[in-house]
Amino acid sequence: MTTHNTLLTTKPSQRSGYTLDGAQKLRVFLLGNRFAPGFLRQLIVYSLLTILATLFLVPFYWMVNTALKPIEQVITLPPTWIPHPIRWENFVQAMTMPYESSPPVYIYAINTSLITFNGVVATILSSAMVAYAFARMEFPGKNALFMGILGTLMIPFAVVMVPQFIIWKNLNWLDTLWPLMVPHWFGSAWNIFLLRQFFMTIPREYDEAAIMDGASRWRIFWSILLPLSKPALAAVGVFAFVFFWNDFLGPLIILSTPKNFTLTIFLVNFTVTYSRTTSWNLYMAAALIIILPCLVLFFFSQNAFLKGITISDFKR
Amino acid sequence: MTTTPHAQADTRLTARRIQSKSRRLREALIAYSFIAPWIIGFVIFTGGPIVASFALSFFKWKIITPPRYIALDNYIKMFSDDQWFLLSIGVTLKYLLLYVPLAQLLALLLAVLLNQKVRSLGFWRTIFYLPAVVSGVAGSVLWLWMYHNELGVINNVLQLIGFEGRKWLYDTDVVLGALVVKSLWNVGVPMVIYLAALQGMPQTLYEAAEIDGGGDWTNFRSITLPMLSPAIFFNVVIGIISGIQTFAEPYVMTRGGPENATLFLGLYLYQTAFSYLNMGYASAMAWIMFVVIFTLTFVQFKLANRWVYYDG
Repeated sequence: MTTHNTLLTTKPSQRSGYTLDGAQKLRVFLLGNRFAPGFLRQLIVYSLLTILATLFLVPFYWMVNTALKPIEQVITLPPTWIPHPIRWENFVQAMTMPYESSPPVYIYAINTSLITFNGVVATILSSAMVAYAFARMEFPGKNALFMGILGTLMIPFAVVMVPQFIIWKNLNWLDTLWPLMVPHWFGSAWNIFLLRQFFMTIPREYDEAAIMDGASRWRIFWSILLPLSKPALAAVGVFAFVFFWNDFLGPLIILSTPKNFTLTIFLVNFTVTYSRTTSWNLYMAAALIIILPCLVLFFFSQNAFLKGITISDFKR
Repeated sequence: MTTTPHAQADTRLTARRIQSKSRRLREALIAYSFIAPWIIGFVIFTGGPIVASFALSFFKWKIITPPRYIALDNYIKMFSDDQWFLLSIGVTLKYLLLYVPLAQLLALLLAVLLNQKVRSLGFWRTIFYLPAVVSGVAGSVLWLWMYHNELGVINNVLQLIGFEGRKWLYDTDVVLGALVVKSLWNVGVPMVIYLAALQGMPQTLYEAAEIDGGGDWTNFRSITLPMLSPAIFFNVVIGIISGIQTFAEPYVMTRGGPENATLFLGLYLYQTAFSYLNMGYASAMAWIMFVVIFTLTFVQFKLANRWVYYDG
């Protein structure tokens, strides 16, 4: 039994009276042992990673490549892999070219920014409030309500889409940004769940100490829980940002005059106006500019993204 | 009047009980004030609309004319007199059957590779996650261009290595597959979930397995997969719920074509409601969508007992 344990817990070189002959060394080099992966294994792993990574990156490369080309190079066959000369003006042109009876593109950017900013702040604050009660307080109907919140995750948007549309119509809010901003101040099921999971990992002693000092629940929430939850709030925030920035179906249903459009609608209308024509370089330039904020956000807050996905112990 | 110590304690206890009861009540009221946003929002934007949508599904209503009660006619029409509805259900289910398993395989493969103690894990993970931030419209627009018949990168690369290109988005045989491939590109979220689950696995299990002399594949099947089953379950449930509602990809890339081969339920529903302004019929379709999601999720939770392993 003891020999067995030594074999498992010490490196071969450390075992006294035990040396590897050449063939064994080669075997370990190729196939590895429990201390180091073998060369063959590494070769397979890194080859697969490289191939897959290339496949995942090709679309981005193709996008940048097209966006920087002059139009003659877009329509030549076979396509060129390096734009020459690089045409930076594409970005300017894509953002300023006149589209049928429509306002300049920055108007769309402002609309999208308003919706996104509102969405991020609203989602974080309202979801955190609701999550706090479920993580920390006792009240009748707590479990049933929580199951109800999780249950709403199953409800497709299509079911509420038509009645909501009628609400906005009656409020005279169609073709305004209000329907895309107001509903997000009422908590979102998934984020309530995430934040509740996170709040439950913060020791209750903080709350209890504050209660001893006579702090109210609101004060505890605002001055203790929220500051301690910055990583989780950031996680919810970055996902909300990407969601609202890319949202399409909501704006598509609500907005009808160009001055109220968002960037995603502008991008899709670009297809309608220029679809199957050859301005793909401008089209890709526009798409690239539009995804840029999300890419930048991702590069600078990767940990928040990863945290957001793995925060919940989704077991049970 | 003198009271015995015993009676005194009794009064104090009652007083405390009353006090604690009122404190509990106050606590509950404060708690309700915290969850008030969700309750109000639920009533206005979810609960109310669900009821309204159910009621609307028994009406013929085209916005401009007043609604007319037609009992079950919408539902009857759907299954007997509307070739597109059943077709759209078929398209959506076919897409799910392809997308959900393939997405799990790809996400698992990437997660297992990334879990091999690779160098610069963050670098690789960034690459594979990146497309997930470009889902929706911008990603669809990009793939529209990738799939372009003559100028697209896919057909040109295929020709370069000796294959013949296809008209990916204009060929009823391959168009659904083309949309699946686009969606697989956005596999970052399930991948990160699998990776986190793999990294959280206790090493002792593998050490024990080594004593028993199991190979890589045996380990994967008898340790890794069971330990991953909660994550797989989660990803499959979420994949189905979101997959059924697929909208942006077909709207941007194919508009449901060619020959309705990509007429997803979500797309057909949107057209019914907002192109044909057939609100009653759209509500009935939405309810069928809801029932499908509910049934699939319910069945999965039932089946979960058989294959999902919780170490508790």
